[in-house]
Amino acid sequence: MDIRLIVEEVAARYGARDVFAAVSVELCAGETMVVSGQNGSGKSTFLRLLAGLQRADAGQITYLVGQEAFDPRDAGHLIGWVAPDLMLYRDLTARENLRFFAAVRRITLDDHAIDDLLARVGLAGRSDDRLAAYSSGMTQRMRYAYALIHQPPVLLLDEPTVTLDERGAEVVDTVIKAQRRHGIVVIATNDPRELRYGDLVLEFGST
Amino acid sequence: MAGHSSTEHDPGLTLTTQQPVAQQRIVDLLQAAWAVFVKDLRIELRTRYAINAMVLFAACTAMMVSIGTTFIGLRRTEEALLIQASLLWIALLFAAISGLSRGFVHEEETRTLAALRLAAPAIAVYLGKFLLNLALLALLGVITSLLFIVLVRVQVGSPLAFLGILAAGGLSLATSTTILAAIITRASFKNALFAVLAFPLLVPPLIIAIQGTAATLAEGGGVLALPALQFLIAYSVAMFVASLLLFRFVWEA
Repeated sequence: MDIRLIVEEVAARYGARDVFAAVSVELCAGETMVVSGQNGSGKSTFLRLLAGLQRADAGQITYLVGQEAFDPRDAGHLIGWVAPDLMLYRDLTARENLRFFAAVRRITLDDHAIDDLLARVGLAGRSDDRLAAYSSGMTQRMRYAYALIHQPPVLLLDEPTVTLDERGAEVVDTVIKAQRRHGIVVIATNDPRELRYGDLVLEFGST
Repeated sequence: MAGHSSTEHDPGLTLTTQQPVAQQRIVDLLQAAWAVFVKDLRIELRTRYAINAMVLFAACTAMMVSIGTTFIGLRRTEEALLIQASLLWIALLFAAISGLSRGFVHEEETRTLAALRLAAPAIAVYLGKFLLNLALLALLGVITSLLFIVLVRVQVGSPLAFLGILAAGGLSLATSTTILAAIITRASFKNALFAVLAFPLLVPPLIIAIQGTAATLAEGGGVLALPALQFLIAYSVAMFVASLLLFRFVWEA
């Protein structure tokens, strides 16, 4: 897909404190950006702005698909978001969660497709367990299933391997490599091993 | 993009095909709203948080009113019917307030709002939550009315009109409480704020619902309840339309 992410002079503020200011960057399909920086430097906030979950205090973020421009708040169909603060429904099973998110996204997803998706993230055989019974690592894998359900052209990953074991990290590696072939990946991380993914590294300062 | 649907922009569309596209979008929206409703209902049936709180409140109130009115020995006067109607709607109101904010507040408490916001259209979320509140209120209305008929010995003179007022009053409560629940979701002191904001919005339809219900308790009072029914339906429609227009701003705030 011909997609571009354009960030122009974006700033975020919490009360009187500037988290970051005047961030400008442009990414095209096939590119990966790593956002790094100390705790509290605004990495997660930046990804929330890109996901349209929070409003920027200044500047503009635009997704361009061909000639059509989308504000992040209207670009949910373009974005897959994985973050520690992304929570799914603990009282539903993995299958019920994915069925629900497919339904609200107006995607047809049969049981076979759900099983395939769960197997892809390493949750084969656990599709009918409620998320309340999942470990933190399994919950993180489930976040990937949620993010990939609509095959988004933009993948926003905040601390992508947090709580994952070695096999989980391999799943993430596979997901990122596959996404880089056709879309945009933005990774917020403090893990030096994940810097290698970046065609571009955006370093946020500490406060 | 795989699976993404029918709602994508197609610059080649002509005027003759715009109507089916718009219709398809409405169908998509309604199907998404239905998915939100089914999801919330499934969670509610598993956790029974709202249902338990609402039914317990209604049962306790009916029991206390039953004991109180037995001591007073209410006769079937016009004032007595008004008192019975008031007590019924007080029970319904407080039972509703104890459970109806649950839909949005639960999303906030379990931190699932972000996942929902990214995936679901705002209007579909509102409609789904509204349907859940409507279903809960229908259940609550039936249970509370039966409890009042059995325990408080309320006699209904015009059953059909009584059901009409109950349904229209419930609709008014559901439209108001759904948008209020969305507004208070991210506030501190949610319950207190919900009650404070609900008061001015719910008093007008409640007064009318009480008067209409009192009319339906009397023999042949169905016709007298008609203006109340009209007001409650008009109020619900106005509140529903306002909520549809405002919800996106509340949801994305």
